[in-house]
Amino acid sequence: MTTVKTKQSEQALEAVVVRFAGDSGDGMQLTGTQFSDTSAMFGNDVATFPNYPAEIRAPQGSLYGVSGFQVHIGSVEISTPGDNVDLLVAMNPAGLKTNLHAVKAGHGIIVDTDAFTHKNLEKAQYSSNPLEDGSLDGYQVIEVSMTSLTKEALKDVEGLDNKSITRSKNMFALGMVYWMYHRSREHTIDFFKKKFKGKPALIEANTKVLNAGFYFAETLELIPNSYTVAPAKMPSGKYRIIMGNTATAWGFLAAAEKSGLELFLGSYPITPASDILHELAKHKHFGVKSLQAEDEIAGIGSAIGASFAGDLAITTTSGPGLALKSEALGLAMMLELPLVVVDVQRGGPSTGLPTKTEQSDLLQAMYGRNGESPVIVIAASTPANCFNFAYEACKLTLEHMTPVILLTDGYIANGSAPWKIKSVSEMPDIKHRIIREAKNTWHPYERDKDTLARDWAVPGTAGLEHRVGGLEKDKLSGQVSYVPENHEHMTQVRAEKIKKVQNYIPDLEVKFAEEGELLVVGWGGTYGTLYAAVKELASSGVSGVGLAHFNYINPLPKNTEEVLRRFKKIVVCELNNGQFVSILRMNFNGISFEQFNKVQGLPFGNAELIKRFKELLG
Amino acid sequence: METAEKQYTFKDFASDQEVRWCPGCDDYVILRAMQKALPELGVRKEDVVFISGIGCSSRFPYYMDTYGMHSIHGRAPAIASGVKLANPDLSVWVITGDGDAMAIGGNHFIHLLRRNLDINIVLFNNEIYGLTKGQFSPTSTVGQRTKSSPYGNIQPPFLPGELAIGAQARFFARVGGNTPKEMTEVFVEAAKFKGTSLVEVLQNCPIFNNGAFAKYTDKAVRADKQLFVEHGKPMIFGKERNKGLVLNGLKLEVVTIGENGITEEDLLVHDAQMQDPTLHQMLVRSEYPLVTGIIRGFPDITFEERAADKTEKVKRDSNFHKTDDLFFSGETYEVD
Repeated sequence: MTTVKTKQSEQALEAVVVRFAGDSGDGMQLTGTQFSDTSAMFGNDVATFPNYPAEIRAPQGSLYGVSGFQVHIGSVEISTPGDNVDLLVAMNPAGLKTNLHAVKAGHGIIVDTDAFTHKNLEKAQYSSNPLEDGSLDGYQVIEVSMTSLTKEALKDVEGLDNKSITRSKNMFALGMVYWMYHRSREHTIDFFKKKFKGKPALIEANTKVLNAGFYFAETLELIPNSYTVAPAKMPSGKYRIIMGNTATAWGFLAAAEKSGLELFLGSYPITPASDILHELAKHKHFGVKSLQAEDEIAGIGSAIGASFAGDLAITTTSGPGLALKSEALGLAMMLELPLVVVDVQRGGPSTGLPTKTEQSDLLQAMYGRNGESPVIVIAASTPANCFNFAYEACKLTLEHMTPVILLTDGYIANGSAPWKIKSVSEMPDIKHRIIREAKNTWHPYERDKDTLARDWAVPGTAGLEHRVGGLEKDKLSGQVSYVPENHEHMTQVRAEKIKKVQNYIPDLEVKFAEEGELLVVGWGGTYGTLYAAVKELASSGVSGVGLAHFNYINPLPKNTEEVLRRFKKIVVCELNNGQFVSILRMNFNGISFEQFNKVQGLPFGNAELIKRFKELLG
Repeated sequence: METAEKQYTFKDFASDQEVRWCPGCDDYVILRAMQKALPELGVRKEDVVFISGIGCSSRFPYYMDTYGMHSIHGRAPAIASGVKLANPDLSVWVITGDGDAMAIGGNHFIHLLRRNLDINIVLFNNEIYGLTKGQFSPTSTVGQRTKSSPYGNIQPPFLPGELAIGAQARFFARVGGNTPKEMTEVFVEAAKFKGTSLVEVLQNCPIFNNGAFAKYTDKAVRADKQLFVEHGKPMIFGKERNKGLVLNGLKLEVVTIGENGITEEDLLVHDAQMQDPTLHQMLVRSEYPLVTGIIRGFPDITFEERAADKTEKVKRDSNFHKTDDLFFSGETYEVD
């Protein structure tokens, strides 16, 4: 290694995509999070994409055990974690092999040469060493013996075992990346102080390794360039970086406070929804009651009980869990009680791809119950707006007295982005329908004439004692009724009640073009990728391409048909085999829909979207 | 829980709905016993909630003029848990049957007992599926011929008390379906007990399994075949009140007072409050005599108490009072 300092050039960039890849025990998620947090605090817009295996600690060096974390930072608006990467940090051969395809030609790859042993190359199914056989000739490869350098940096720190030493090599990599992008180390050093509180040796070690990586990069002439990414222009205010699942949990906290109700969560752990349970379990100081139930059914069951007794009740799950909850959800619909069910969608069917993203639970959310059983279905579309839609789910369920399914997905739930912090005082009012006093002629199934919602009479209120149940009910008294006309009437009222929600939700917006050649339609978590693609088309001079992204699915916004008819062609893009498009076809006769579907457990890529849009434009 | 100002009678708890069980069903006895027990408790009517699952028994809430929910098959314990956690001041009852509690709802049943929420379960055990018209249940006996076991049932049964105590039930009582006075007493004690209480009622189904418990519950044999245990009292039974239970090694043994020098002092004295459930399990399993009454009533901390303790401690130590305190805390940054 040379110590001669050479003049390195400095280049300003609008945006950069960095991907960290290594073994699932290499701390790639943490490394990536530190880089994105630091960049956000610097003022960049950011988006992240964690991509990790379902195994907790998959066998070292294996191809399927690679854990990756991609960060997209920019001085411009960032709406996706990016397709191709400007810099790949590969901690071992498997990390290189599984991620090389994403690196832009001619761009940088940092590798830990110490990990390129015969054994690791074999595990990654390399027949020859890619660092030696010329296969990386088209890239700027930065070879660093990171493990040895980390050991060297820590030789004087006492009280460290071998494992702790080698485990901190991810901080060497991070230090190098910080230097390359002119990032401050301060945030990460503060993070060490908090994370390793009471363990001074670990604070010292991680700080030393981070600094060692930083200085190594500075002095190394192997790195020809460093880059600056200026702060982005974002609305002024106070921000924080937030993960979708945290934003969802916080939306519920805000809704509970605003509505004056206590929050109850009945849940059963399931990937990728468990973080909502973890987050809400922390907040007992707000009086949150969280029950980790014995199964998915008890999760929703306890929430229905809590709702009956007057709490704002939530249950959280992912696809297979929603399947288990479906009978109980039908009960909640039949009782006409408020209840929010969060489905953080993952790859299906069955156990499917637990750690990968997909949008394939839509039809289950819409129809996955016995009988005529409509519920409100809404979907969040970015990590940050999980907050808004969790809040909105509570508002709708409390004001309309019917369950709401909130769909998010692994991509936005685990992704993080800057969130302009919302004070509860800025949020719209929530008017629940609890009645505290007996009225003379009150009936349990009397309805508000505008919303068709019934009152919420909770146990403990004298004079309002009544029985509810899953059997069909008389339209007024709620007593069991087998009268044929009553059953048909109630079926229609329950459907009409959902339809009426249209009067309380915003119109569908169209971005980029109000009318014209092609309308790109999406829903839920694909917003960022679709937005970026349509924006790129628009800025490259293609006109007449609009984007209509749905957050409200049942009911659809009132102006949906009018929007659809403004465009010559419509393409519905979904991470499933065509579920939303089937809903649109069913609702809007005579409109023809093209499709773009991807079912790989991965988000849309920018290039594939643009290619498809251009084909359709002819 | 607030005390009722009004002195209720059983009529106050009867709803305006016509009761629709089969003539001669013990469910009528249970309904009346409950309507008589509640006034004795002094709870306010509006604070009483009945949650049931599915089955004949689960129609029960419709007939009580309290809050109630006829829910879905097997899930009443989960729903009742949510009710109780949302409002611990309520008197919460689960009404269930042998199929509802121990087949489809077995998981929720054992977990409610394990957690020990202050909820009262009344289990109508008739050893048959009634509402679906006569299939064997998890408590049906081996060999029992039913519509779904035409050549005799081959599935060994659960003993509800054994399963419950195995799941850490702190309170278990058993009563015959034709003994309303004892039943009312047991309901009152179950309600007063802080923690999950389980009362198994040996409920005769006159249509599909008539006489299933007759060998214990018929008036003619009841005194000789049943031992109604009471905490602190010797275990005596028999028409002549001369039979009793002693422990011989690891076995219960029936002895006769006055024979072989046995006196009342030699008999086991019932201790329902023992933490160790070994003897309670033996009493549950005893076939002669069949043991009724409150077999186990071990006082323990409830789930709600544990939850309240935690919440109070977290609230005391926390700087977060409003959600804004949380949202604006930690790593935030300003964009100009």
